[in-house]
Amino acid sequence: MSGTFMTTRAWALMLPLLVVMIAVIGWPLVDTVGLSFTDAKLVGTAGQFVGFENYAKMLASANFQRSLIITAMFAVISVAAEMVLGVLAALLLNQDFKGRGVLRALMILPWALPTVVNATLWRLIYNPEYGALNAALTQLGLLDAYRSWLGEPGTALTALIVADCWKNFPLVALIALAALQAVPRDITAASLVDGAGPFTRFRFVILPYLAGPLMVALVLRTIEAFKVFDIIWVMTRGGPANSTRTLSILVYQEAFSFQRAGSGASLALIVTLFVTVLALAYGALVRKAAGSAA
Amino acid sequence: MERKSPLFAAFLYVSALLLAVVILAPILWLFVMSISPAADLAAKPLRWWPETPDFSRYATLLSTLENSAGAAFTASLRNSLEVAGMATLAAIALAIPAGWAVSRTPSIGWSLSLVIATYMLPPVALAVPLYMGLAHLGMLNNVFGLALVYLTILAPFTTWLMKSGFDSIPKEIEAAAMMDGAGLFQTLRIITLPLAMPVMATSALFAFLLAWDEFFYALLFTSDQRAKTLTVAIADLAGGRVSDYGLIATAGVLAALPPVLIGLVMQRALISGLTNGGVKG
Repeated sequence: MSGTFMTTRAWALMLPLLVVMIAVIGWPLVDTVGLSFTDAKLVGTAGQFVGFENYAKMLASANFQRSLIITAMFAVISVAAEMVLGVLAALLLNQDFKGRGVLRALMILPWALPTVVNATLWRLIYNPEYGALNAALTQLGLLDAYRSWLGEPGTALTALIVADCWKNFPLVALIALAALQAVPRDITAASLVDGAGPFTRFRFVILPYLAGPLMVALVLRTIEAFKVFDIIWVMTRGGPANSTRTLSILVYQEAFSFQRAGSGASLALIVTLFVTVLALAYGALVRKAAGSAA
Repeated sequence: MERKSPLFAAFLYVSALLLAVVILAPILWLFVMSISPAADLAAKPLRWWPETPDFSRYATLLSTLENSAGAAFTASLRNSLEVAGMATLAAIALAIPAGWAVSRTPSIGWSLSLVIATYMLPPVALAVPLYMGLAHLGMLNNVFGLALVYLTILAPFTTWLMKSGFDSIPKEIEAAAMMDGAGLFQTLRIITLPLAMPVMATSALFAFLLAWDEFFYALLFTSDQRAKTLTVAIADLAGGRVSDYGLIATAGVLAALPPVLIGLVMQRALISGLTNGGVKG
């Protein structure tokens, strides 16, 4: 069969997917770009063209800058913690011990728990009057009086990060474990014979195998952490005193709570730009890591 | 591994125990809350295990009596099943031809890359036009409308999984069938699709889990029992003035049950799906 026939047939088979994707992603994205240059409200008027006014206003606003910092803190700290905990758990699960299979099966539980259920669960654990965290810490004598973990600007973001890490580090662990199991036994054995200590062995024998998959996990988790909405909405709605208001929450408020579709759209596109730049930068890193691992 | 001193073995078991506690404690506590009498949960010092387990909240939430707390919950349960089910079927239906086409004709692969790149888009970048569009079509607060929107998440993902599945089925088998006179669709139906069954099942499960988990679009586009999904119903409970925390926990257990069971039963397939994703990007 000729090449052009194959290609035409392939496009025909792609067509349904492409049509749907253009309808539910392509068109809305183009429309968001259009909206971002207007002062449109969510309902009613189409709005007037205002040029880059929305972008200028949003980028200059203190709310945006604060949300950007909060989002960056959430993303960097939670993803870094997930990576470290995930690799440590994977190194443990790669050892031989009784109950290893069961423990590995358990790792799927936090991942399988719906995000909203996880958020609700931790909200209950952090409850200022009846929460398990307050109860456990006071019963152990580590805390004098019950605290409002999600109600104080000083602890709310940390409490959210802990909840997010608990759900996501097991996934990193499973990815890292699969990579560890691909390390040939004779290589680790050879490095033992050569007298490599555990740290040398990790750095020079094991890490090269982990680098590629871990970089990919890092990219995906960072993008997700940058887009974070669900867990924050359920646990704090961006409070207290906006101390956990990440960019997605800010866009939601602008576009839907205040019904300012135009400036909300510009804000959403600014967030998209940030995520894209992050992803591209990481993409370059991944290729580099993959290149050095091969 | 090779040399294992007793000290190292002890360290291993202590670490393993610690990891098990970290993973299990929050989940077990969710379950304990769901079966503890309200008085136990409000007690100081907190009672960690109920004297008499109380399973009545499960009956309360699963009752379909009109205007009961259960009516709202079971309605959202049904909505979640309908939306996730429809979105999954539609996503797979789109993914099979598209995934096969890209697998067998790599020259059009860039179009799939473009579709997958939309993963980077935060949902807020699409939300306003989708909201206006659904309003225009009269499909706000409607399970069909929500399922359609879910394709933004499900379809790229399933197509990519199906494509890697088809990649591992040798072209030569299809070529042999065609040589024997089978047409394209006959070949796909008789040869390729049966071989792709496992990957199709994995893709469908992933898609279902993604849809079951979705919250943002459901929060925006649904407003009452006709379309509200479980995630929104639980967020309502958690953020509302429900005084019985056990009831919130019970709703959480029920919503977590299907994905947790799928996760445990399908472990191997899910992990290999996840890690393939991790390796191939």
